[in-house]
Amino acid sequence: MTVGDRLPELVKPPIERIQLVKYAGASGDWNRIHVEEGFATAAGYPSVFAHGMLSMAFLGQLLSDWVGGARVRRLAVRFKAITWPGDVITCRGEVTGLGTEGPEGEAGSERLAEVRVWAETQKGTITAEGTATVAV
Amino acid sequence: MISREHIGRTSAPLTVEVERGHIGRFADAIGDPNPIYRDEAAARAAGHPRIPAPPTFAAALRPNDPRQGLAIDWSKLLHGEQEFTHLRPLYAGDTLVLTQTIADVYEKTGKAGTMDFLVLETTARDPAGAIVYLARGTIVVKR
Repeated sequence: MTVGDRLPELVKPPIERIQLVKYAGASGDWNRIHVEEGFATAAGYPSVFAHGMLSMAFLGQLLSDWVGGARVRRLAVRFKAITWPGDVITCRGEVTGLGTEGPEGEAGSERLAEVRVWAETQKGTITAEGTATVAV
Repeated sequence: MISREHIGRTSAPLTVEVERGHIGRFADAIGDPNPIYRDEAAARAAGHPRIPAPPTFAAALRPNDPRQGLAIDWSKLLHGEQEFTHLRPLYAGDTLVLTQTIADVYEKTGKAGTMDFLVLETTARDPAGAIVYLARGTIVVKR
């Protein structure tokens, strides 16, 4: 693994409204804006839209597909654009740094990779981007 | 506008268990087919002591809300940023004590007008008091 390596990309199936209901239930985020069409349109949106945290979960999957489960030490994301039903989200990443220092509070050291990650729609709009530290 | 006097307000501790069925439902919801989130044997075969939680599962562990009593219009709320820092991995069967603090309140004026920002910090500790993860979320409320 070297700096500049690209992660295998993750292409998710098109976002369906039922996925937003499932994510609301699984996460406990029941903001009606994500699940009730009338609530979303009354608020001025064309339709319901995905939880930002769903995109962040996709970025989490990008990382765990790459390095395995339980290896993401830190993940920080900024939400840039709304994800709509029907959008096809592709997650990508790039290694930006390598080190061996262990995170604070953990015995011993481990090899860590710093990664830049982002999610984009089929139109190339970046919906979420951020950085992660993963054990490799 | 949200008053800055709420900065520092912390919710009452809430003890939660990381449940394997919850992990499986969360993996279903995000469309992650990895068997380690559903099958103990698959998790062990991949080197885990128990079923691990997906990287953002901490979002599904909800502390008591320190925003009680704040007049927040949920139709004008957007998630701006989120960060999770794990000091150790999260596994099914873990017991955690969660607290959430209103870490900051501020307003910013940009292209879309003036918006209120609310920063929420969550701390998850094991029963012995050691920190397992920290979460920091920035919520944006349009006016």
